[in-house]
Amino acid sequence: MKVFKEILFKAVTYFAAIFSILALFGIILTLFMEGIPMFQEVSLREFLFSSAWYPTNEHQSFGALALFFGSLAVTIGALVIAVPIGLGTAVYISEIAGSRTKEIIKPMIELLAGIPSVVYGLFGMAFLAPFLIRNIGIDSGLNIFTASIVLGIMIIPIISSMSEDALSTVPRALREASYGLGATRWETITRVVIPSAKTGIIGSFVLGFGRAIGETMVVIMVAGGAAQIPSSVFDPVRPLTTSIAVEMAETVLGSIHFHSLFALAIMLFIITFITNLFTELFLFKKVK
Amino acid sequence: MVKELIKTKNLKLWFTDNYVLHDLDFTVYEKKITALIGPSGCGKSTLLRSFNRMNDLIPECKIEGEILLEGQNIYDSKADVTDVRTKIGMVFQRPNPFPKTIYNNVAYGLQIRGEKRKSVLDDVVEKSLRDAWIWDEVKDRLHTSALSLSGGQQQRMCIARALANQPKVLLLDEPTSALDPKSTAKIEELCIDLKDKVTILIVTHNIAQAGRISDYTTFMYLGDIIEFGETKRVFTVPKDKRTEDYLTGVFG
Repeated sequence: MKVFKEILFKAVTYFAAIFSILALFGIILTLFMEGIPMFQEVSLREFLFSSAWYPTNEHQSFGALALFFGSLAVTIGALVIAVPIGLGTAVYISEIAGSRTKEIIKPMIELLAGIPSVVYGLFGMAFLAPFLIRNIGIDSGLNIFTASIVLGIMIIPIISSMSEDALSTVPRALREASYGLGATRWETITRVVIPSAKTGIIGSFVLGFGRAIGETMVVIMVAGGAAQIPSSVFDPVRPLTTSIAVEMAETVLGSIHFHSLFALAIMLFIITFITNLFTELFLFKKVK
Repeated sequence: MVKELIKTKNLKLWFTDNYVLHDLDFTVYEKKITALIGPSGCGKSTLLRSFNRMNDLIPECKIEGEILLEGQNIYDSKADVTDVRTKIGMVFQRPNPFPKTIYNNVAYGLQIRGEKRKSVLDDVVEKSLRDAWIWDEVKDRLHTSALSLSGGQQQRMCIARALANQPKVLLLDEPTSALDPKSTAKIEELCIDLKDKVTILIVTHNIAQAGRISDYTTFMYLGDIIEFGETKRVFTVPKDKRTEDYLTGVFG
């Protein structure tokens, strides 16, 4: 009976593990099976290097470059906002705040992480966009700038909580060594604590990047939706995720347009895959 | 002629409601090695950490009294704590090298004070590593990570790092308790060699070590200084029964 329980336990956990791996391969397989047929009609060159995304015109064209730039622009914008604020928050919580302040701030920031993205989108549309129109004199508030701010706020808790974890695992002994040599708190934080936690901190940036580039609802609502290569931060853009989510409802099953959306998804998948791979290879490799 | 370098006056210390150091008056003589011994929890490490204001980092800690370094109270409201810690360096129980190169570890103290000239940094790094008897072992790999050194080497590098600030006093908090006998012996010899340059205050659990290297010995028990005097005298004719019992291993 005991032996049977052991075997059962092993089998259950084994199948749980197998299931997640199967799901991963299932998704990848679907992406490629549905995405690749597009290249029978559209050249890889056009897909990668043309910025003309006219999937429903009489003369269809499927250049994904503008969409790629759209995704990149809002993601970089989000990181520009979230990296300093997220890291600053982490340093404050881990190094400066007293234990009582910490107990208040930490759960509040975690609450920020629990807000659904559609609520962030609403905040951007209903508050931030009109605010920007009134205050900086632009015609439309739905653009890279707005999307970056909203996405940035959304990924602050990811960056701050993961960075804070990394900072608080820096051994006390290293801080003492630094203080003992006559360093101030600022010098200790910037020269010893942050460098010692850099793996985790950069990891948090990568996670934030992945979250921002994959975010769909916020960019549908506030990025403006125009498939063009932007020339200013106040231009509207159409990120990859927007095209996939919005256009899927309008496509005919099995059409080139249908397949092209899977091709966009492959692109998105490859971007995040490369970022993850890069972090695994260069960052988390144990330093000798 | 021995000169008094540090004097504590009515030093009292609490961790919240826990009265840890009981009104201590204590003297450290210049260019001598003074050992602080006593059973665990007697307050010897806490006393040591009071000399470079390391206890300031603990919010629950409250201190009264004075510690005079060459007549200046280091707890004076006008005293600069970073300056105090530069003059009074510290080496900890476990080697704690920064995850940086050996060179940048040793140069850290100077770098945070804004020294950028490479020739100055090079000189100080070399001199400090020589003074800590580790130069020959690391001179060909100054720019590799300090974490690649052995425990004993790391601890000597930490001594070099503290010496680079040219401190008047070096506080050693059980510096050999995490090391093997061979590395321990080397650090003990190093201490004796260093006392011409710097005053050393060492906390140790190892009674024999205190006997081997120190000029003066202080025996502490439950927050009080029970006995202070020249090591030879304290070890041979202790005045207090408790000192004798501790030294002979009746309790520990």
